[in-house]
Amino acid sequence: MYEGIIQELIDELGRLPGIGPKSAQRIAFHILQTETFDVTHLAEVLLEVKEKVRFCEICGNVSEQDTCNICRDPRRSATTICVVEEAKDVVAIERTREFRGLYHVLGGAISPIDGIGPDDLRIRQLLQRLADGTVTEVIIATDPNLEGEATATYLTRLLVQPGLRVTRLASGLPVGGDLEYADEVTLGRAFEGRRLVEQ
Amino acid sequence: MPLYRDEAVVLRTHKLGEADRIVTMLSRQHGKIRAVAKGVRRTASKFGSRLEPMMVVDVQLYEGRSLDIVTQAESLGAYGADIAGDYASYTAAAAMIETADRITDDSGSLQQYLLLVGALRSLSRRERVPGLTLDSYLLRSLSIAGWAPSFVDCAVTGAPGPHTAFVVQLGGVVADSVAPPGTPRVDPETIDLLAALLAGDWPTVEASDDRARGQASGIVAAYTQFHLERGLRSLRLVDRR
Repeated sequence: MYEGIIQELIDELGRLPGIGPKSAQRIAFHILQTETFDVTHLAEVLLEVKEKVRFCEICGNVSEQDTCNICRDPRRSATTICVVEEAKDVVAIERTREFRGLYHVLGGAISPIDGIGPDDLRIRQLLQRLADGTVTEVIIATDPNLEGEATATYLTRLLVQPGLRVTRLASGLPVGGDLEYADEVTLGRAFEGRRLVEQ
Repeated sequence: MPLYRDEAVVLRTHKLGEADRIVTMLSRQHGKIRAVAKGVRRTASKFGSRLEPMMVVDVQLYEGRSLDIVTQAESLGAYGADIAGDYASYTAAAAMIETADRITDDSGSLQQYLLLVGALRSLSRRERVPGLTLDSYLLRSLSIAGWAPSFVDCAVTGAPGPHTAFVVQLGGVVADSVAPPGTPRVDPETIDLLAALLAGDWPTVEASDDRARGQASGIVAAYTQFHLERGLRSLRLVDRR
């Protein structure tokens, strides 16, 4: 145990996700040995991010304004919505430069064991966005794990309506991987989702 | 014995660090095991998908000081994908998994393991209505744990039934002479259904009507939550439509 404020700093850092007591101690001593200016800047950024950043009123993505950059961009196609679990998934998909539609961030996945049901996610807001008929395709891009698949199943059941195409991201082999090392579940999915290469 | 092997059903996973997971499993011989699976969140992981909840695996572990380490995992039953494909089955399975997690400990219970694997297999094959499979699982799981309810003879005096007063705190149906004032009465059809769910008498279960099923599920939920002391979070989210 350290005295007073140092221990307080270690305890606070230790509350962050993925930071254990040893890492918290290492970061605390790094901060102590760093120039004052850097620490002040870090403190300012932390305060600013809490003050300025909020969730987009339309899609639920993080934004510094009422609506995010993607929802405000007139060049994006308003006929396709990609549904993701978290705001960080938007960044991952944007990095592909393959998708030019809009997003909808659910804020998690259905996980009864953690007490998270459909009402705890932004599903009602998604249905409101689909009400005017502009959207013709919903791409469900929830994580390919148990909770993500169950959320996709629930959404599919809810979204089936005339004039709306509901699609799910493909699952399968990672680029650059070896077939012999693929597990049977992933390989099975790759077979299920195989596509025609030539007519 | 630093290295050991067992069959297990994955109950829960928690993220650890950058790419690892803590996996909680109910094993055939070693009871509940908590182990670290390294690198399984990476797409190149050799056994990440095998350690998803509701998967039954043949697993090799290395004994650690606080948590064991998963060194190999082979799939024995990939029930998760089929269960996740039906929302009612998924919510029922989640309630089973939470119950198994709460009711078992480090000491092995082969019966609990076999019951859970059987119930998950049944859900994945869509053999029964998911809500009924769940109710049957809950009653049988509590019975194995030593909290078997009585649906025929009085739970207090042993007086031969049938009785219609059900008191969760007293362990099942009770004779009128010992029933606390104001005890609600349960339809005889519901009592029959509860007994059938406990015994695994599926022809009787499947012949029951919606009213009896609704009453039975409420009684099973109350009985389970009473004995597990803390409420099951997943139970209120079970899709019984």
